[in-house]
Amino acid sequence: MEKFTKITGIAAPLMRRNIDTDAIIPGKELIKVEKTGYGDGLFGQWRYIDGNRKENPDFMLNRPPYRDAVILLADANFGCGSSREAAVWALTGFGIRCVIAPSFAAIFFNNCFKNSLLPVILQDSQVHELARQVEESDGRGLVTVDLEKCQVIGPEKQIYPFTVNDIYREMLLQGLDPIDATLRYESKIAAFQEKDKINRPWIYQY
Amino acid sequence: MKKPLTLFEKIWNDHVIMDMGQNTYLIHIDRNFQHELAGATSLNGIDKAGRKIRNVDLAFAVMDHVLDTHPGRGDETPIPGGTGFVREFRQRTQAHGIRLFDIDDPWQGISHVIAPELGIVLPGCTYVCGDSHTCTVGGVGALAWGIGSTDVEHVFATQTLIQTKPKNMRVIFNGKLGNEVYAKDMILYLIAMVGAAGGIEHAVEFAGPAIRSLPVDGRLTICNMAVEFSTRTGIIEPDDITIDYFCGRPFAPKGELWEKAVVYWRTLQSDPGAQFDKEVVIDCDDIEPQVTWGTSPEYSIAVNGHVPDPSDVIDYHRRLTMERAISYTGLEPGTPINEVQIDAVFIGSCTNARLSDLREAARILKGHRIALGMRAVCSPGSYETKRRAESEGIDRVFREAGFEWRESGCSMCMSGGAGGEGFSPGQHVLSTTNRNFEDRQGRGVRSHLASPVTVAASAITGHITDPRKIGE
Repeated sequence: MEKFTKITGIAAPLMRRNIDTDAIIPGKELIKVEKTGYGDGLFGQWRYIDGNRKENPDFMLNRPPYRDAVILLADANFGCGSSREAAVWALTGFGIRCVIAPSFAAIFFNNCFKNSLLPVILQDSQVHELARQVEESDGRGLVTVDLEKCQVIGPEKQIYPFTVNDIYREMLLQGLDPIDATLRYESKIAAFQEKDKINRPWIYQY
Repeated sequence: MKKPLTLFEKIWNDHVIMDMGQNTYLIHIDRNFQHELAGATSLNGIDKAGRKIRNVDLAFAVMDHVLDTHPGRGDETPIPGGTGFVREFRQRTQAHGIRLFDIDDPWQGISHVIAPELGIVLPGCTYVCGDSHTCTVGGVGALAWGIGSTDVEHVFATQTLIQTKPKNMRVIFNGKLGNEVYAKDMILYLIAMVGAAGGIEHAVEFAGPAIRSLPVDGRLTICNMAVEFSTRTGIIEPDDITIDYFCGRPFAPKGELWEKAVVYWRTLQSDPGAQFDKEVVIDCDDIEPQVTWGTSPEYSIAVNGHVPDPSDVIDYHRRLTMERAISYTGLEPGTPINEVQIDAVFIGSCTNARLSDLREAARILKGHRIALGMRAVCSPGSYETKRRAESEGIDRVFREAGFEWRESGCSMCMSGGAGGEGFSPGQHVLSTTNRNFEDRQGRGVRSHLASPVTVAASAITGHITDPRKIGE
């Protein structure tokens, strides 16, 4: 997995509540078994006017400088709905490395950490303040997200500290593969099952 | 004295392999049930990395997402690229020796419908699937949640997941349900009350006398939509109704194992004095049949209510989101929702396509015809559900009313949004499903959610209709 330490770049404010994963990557984009190639489908129904990917000029990510965004600002409950991990792959495929929102839906939030996309939770008012500053600079005011220091630095240089689970943070900082990391605990898993087969045999025999 | 525990905490504790600190745990997964859409991607990942499946006996697979639901179906599907998916998933599950409920398997159905129906999911077990509505099976007292494809690979390879422990929330439903008010109305009412983010970071237990008196089917409907208010999962304590339900199911324990399991299941309830971080109490006497007007399940109102006016909303950002929903659905604020004309109805999905749903809808439809020009589709939740419905003559009632009687699958809850068979742009569709998101049932389609009886009643009149008015 790609490491995440610190990024600085353009932040795109898409300040809607409850942006669901159907909106992030429409169902019709899901029909492939690979984990790459979803970037063009990002926000497909909003970003394009028709099925031939004719761009909607009013959609923010089609306009400079937001076309080059590496950070997305969104309102509460971002990533709700379907568990499709392609929502994360679409964001990373487009070039987004971090989403900042007041809250995230759980499945999306978990999927982010498996793909080096950092979900940052800030207070409602802080996210809206960041969005306002970005808009006032016509998107040219850059935002920094520093995972080592656990802070966001806004266009007007104010600092917003955030917290993130240390286990997930380490995984991103070091670019660890989560499956390899867990396989180190194989003896513990085997011991659990050994005992569990006595306590709850019906789980293992049917 | 031992600390009183919630139902969720008891099951969680029994699955902890390791406390990793930071409120994070390595959790054992008892059942890993995959469908072709997320599952094919995961098995591709497993094969590419050259990993082995750790406990193939704890893995199950089904075809449900991209399938055609027309009678006589095969691998061909209206979803572009879907056929390749079906074949690839079949081939990969076979190569690994995973039990697959294939298109022609007599037990095929929507994963969240057949898992309890076959006794694959059980009370007190941890259960995952690459689908957000996996929480459905919390209705039988399982700890179940949806995961992404990479986490599915993690479960295949390790039989575990690394999870942070959520907080505890309890929703108590007091009182009794009124005439023609069902589980679907309870959950829509709750989501409208707490909002689409109202359960974020919480595992939610649904409790109270109105939950206890629900049959298993209704409990599954309630937990199905736990994800629609962004909970980590929903769960209901297993009781006599649950235990009776599992007795004799094909994959449920038998003989001595059954006896032993029942003893354990009887311990699965929140202790008196257990602490919940958040609690909501609802009086079911206040709940009327519900219907959604907008593009989030939180936009639910009583079937005789009015489309709200965004300008009444003080919070600027809430207002913006609401205005967008109003503009997408093309409704005027203040319109009585029961005046909204509908073009099509759908009865199906993991929310409301179990036998009791079909029975209730058939009771309303009996002796009626759907409105002129209405398109009406019913897709039972599984072959088993369909067979049982047919043995009761329910299929005949649906057909005589003018419904298409289909095979099981995710069908019109998923297909339209995936570019397959769906509804037409601008159409208003009343649906027993769980998501009214933009474009969910086809580009520009305006989906409204309701219970099977409300959908059936509205199919007859051609506009959103209070089911209590049919037969008056």
